[in-house]
Amino acid sequence: MKWIKPQYIAFLIVLLLNFALFRGFFTISIQDGRLFGSLIDVFNRGAPVAILAVGMTAVIATKGVDLSVGAVMAVAGAVAASLIQSGQPLGIVILAALGIGLLCGLWNGFLVAVLDLQPIIATLILMVAGRGIAQLMTEGRIVTFNDPGLIYIGSGALLTIPMPVVIAGVLMVVATLIMRRTALGLFIESIGVNRSASTYAGLRSKTLLIGVYAFCGLCASIAGLIAAADIRGADANNAGLWLELDAILAVVIGGTSLLGGRFSIPLSVLGALIIQGMNTGILLSGFPSEFNLIVKAFVVIVILMVQSPIVGNILTFMRPTPAPTAVPAPGEKTS
Amino acid sequence: MQEQIMPTASPVLTADSITKSFLTTRVLDRVGLTLMPGEVHALLGENGAGKSTLIKILTGAYTHDSGTIRIDGVDVTPRDTAHAQELGIGTVYQEVNLLPNLTVAENLFIGRQPTRFGLVDRRRMERDARRILEPYGLEKLDVSADLGSYSVAVQQIVAIARAVDLSGKVLILDEPTASLDAREVDVLFTVVRRLRAKGLAIVFITHFMDQVFALADRVTVLRNGKLVGSKPIGDLTRMELVTMMLGHALEHESAMRIVKDRPRGERLATFQGYGLAGKIAPFDLNVHSGEVVGVAGLLGSGRTEMARLLFGIDSPDSGSATVDGRSVHLRQARDAIALGFGFCPEDRKTDGILGDLTVRENIMLALQARRGWAKPLSFKEQADLADKFVKALDIRTASVEQPIKLLSGGNQQKVILARWLATEPRFLILDEPTRGIDVGAHAEIIRMINRLCDEGLSLFVISSELEEIVAYSSRVLVLRDRQVVRELTQEDVSTASIMKAIAAEPGEVAA
Repeated sequence: MKWIKPQYIAFLIVLLLNFALFRGFFTISIQDGRLFGSLIDVFNRGAPVAILAVGMTAVIATKGVDLSVGAVMAVAGAVAASLIQSGQPLGIVILAALGIGLLCGLWNGFLVAVLDLQPIIATLILMVAGRGIAQLMTEGRIVTFNDPGLIYIGSGALLTIPMPVVIAGVLMVVATLIMRRTALGLFIESIGVNRSASTYAGLRSKTLLIGVYAFCGLCASIAGLIAAADIRGADANNAGLWLELDAILAVVIGGTSLLGGRFSIPLSVLGALIIQGMNTGILLSGFPSEFNLIVKAFVVIVILMVQSPIVGNILTFMRPTPAPTAVPAPGEKTS
Repeated sequence: MQEQIMPTASPVLTADSITKSFLTTRVLDRVGLTLMPGEVHALLGENGAGKSTLIKILTGAYTHDSGTIRIDGVDVTPRDTAHAQELGIGTVYQEVNLLPNLTVAENLFIGRQPTRFGLVDRRRMERDARRILEPYGLEKLDVSADLGSYSVAVQQIVAIARAVDLSGKVLILDEPTASLDAREVDVLFTVVRRLRAKGLAIVFITHFMDQVFALADRVTVLRNGKLVGSKPIGDLTRMELVTMMLGHALEHESAMRIVKDRPRGERLATFQGYGLAGKIAPFDLNVHSGEVVGVAGLLGSGRTEMARLLFGIDSPDSGSATVDGRSVHLRQARDAIALGFGFCPEDRKTDGILGDLTVRENIMLALQARRGWAKPLSFKEQADLADKFVKALDIRTASVEQPIKLLSGGNQQKVILARWLATEPRFLILDEPTRGIDVGAHAEIIRMINRLCDEGLSLFVISSELEEIVAYSSRVLVLRDRQVVRELTQEDVSTASIMKAIAAEPGEVAA
């Protein structure tokens, strides 16, 4: 039963709790060629965080973290809104928004890989500065737009499936294939497990790190486009606000250790859906939405406790003790 | 050795039959240490000898499994650093463990600042700080300036002053001179001699032979977690001391030498005037295919630095390298790997294994890195590769899908070796390949080195085990004070000749 992951069970429990709170939770209807329903909402609302989580997974697997993704979302949204307002064609607008995200990621990667800054500090710089840049671009206003092409990204549907879900799904599948069908995933895990040993084995650790942060920035700009398209405007103050924390939480729920190493993109995406499921559940329950923060905090504590070595030791301690190992081999010593 | 107080008094500290194991590995085996008041006691040994474990037990960082520690005749067990200080044992580490962003006075009194009305009495603290530092010749030091604004030597002395003020019986100096220049070392030694004259027992850990002879009254040598001996320095020659540290049995040496006349292949690589300031002085090295170049020297003699330079981990600031007659630049490990080099580093845990990854992944990593990420080895290719080497090198693992961290040290070393063999290298650098490995695996690795060499591979092997080097090396480079001081060839290779070259007085050309 190795293929049953705890995340599957967690997601199922969250969905069933939702169903217990609201009988119509699983009811799905089609309106205007698009699926509707609470369950679809979980997927649709969860898509931006799921997209962030895809990039964040790669970063965390290298033993890093990217706090700037929320701010990069705001920057990408601001760029898209400003350009579409000034009458640029949709293709250019999307390329520019994605390009700015890539650039932000390259900057983070430069700080982490070349200057060797701690990721949490390095990305904190852009977390603060990025939102400032976005606010300058929008001059503190919410820049609205009504270009149907751009709006389609946020609220359109492809074969009845909402666009954000399509984009997140495609991104997840493509990223997973690239990671696992090439040696890229292994290299990223190697760097996260032991950067020094990876370099000794001949990996381009610096280039890989920069690439990973750039990818994370790209993902953030995709999420930023969706968020802006969804509200038909770029809100530099609130777009992507605190979403970096949700993305990190999603990755951690997905089982990627903050200490780097083994990762799974699909499980991180599932983590994002679990978080969104909890959000929706609290809304449906009628509790004030502030409860959401407390519930999330509680989930974080539980997950981190499960990952903590001390708890691990206690759990091992509670298992039946194995037979004591044999006497030390003569001459054996530590290095 | 002047102004020495004859240790007639009873010992300050006696550690007796100290034994300590980590899991199944015994790192200290009935080791003893006796410290007299007013002596500088050098504690010597190579990496893994157990020095630092012993110090950590004395300072309360570890608890010993058995044995006794007595201070002034009273049984004690230091619980932690603070408790050790209360008992009178103070420690100063190689890297100054004070806070550079606080003032000198704050550093001396941190955690025990004199207070007035519940507030820190700064004036009194600074007055007391000057009083503490006065005997160290630092009376003119501005104690209200940041500690970080002073040289490492001054910081080191402030650290000593704090340790002595807190403890006052035993002072442990763990490689205090590692980051000091010659003049600063003199200043430090003056301080240490003064403290000795005041009756302190000082444990002095260093890798520098000269400093041992310049400062120490007595020497205790550990090797492989066991006590080799404890002697007054006056009773020892350099040769005898090196023998205590490195060699144990000169008698069964003659039987060991396996490779007297191995045919030398063609020249593979040439390094001329290759060096990096502060790491290793420029050296010349020719490597021929099918030969083992052994490297001997004490810890800190520049062995590992030399290997890192050859593999491109560090870049040289002088000299040139030629491989296959073509000039090459080794700026990073990838450059060396592309030329068919491989490197099993000394510190297996930090630079070698990828603990959470499987044996299979650890074996295929270097080969995959050379192919690039876009050309993955198929799972079957990886598994075949791993199986092949698990069989060939007799790697004991439940399965190739086992995380490597679960393997024993010897098997981990074989996996790292397999990682490089998988790239079909021509030149393999092995830094302490048999460290931390049990006796069985030890012999296997040595057999493997011989076999690889017979197959035409060139090897560059660094080891503290002289018998080992003598056994497999075609020729031996001897390093001392970050210089290649001697190259021994053919019949000149013996543990005796190596030790003689290591122990030669500095400046003296080892003949």
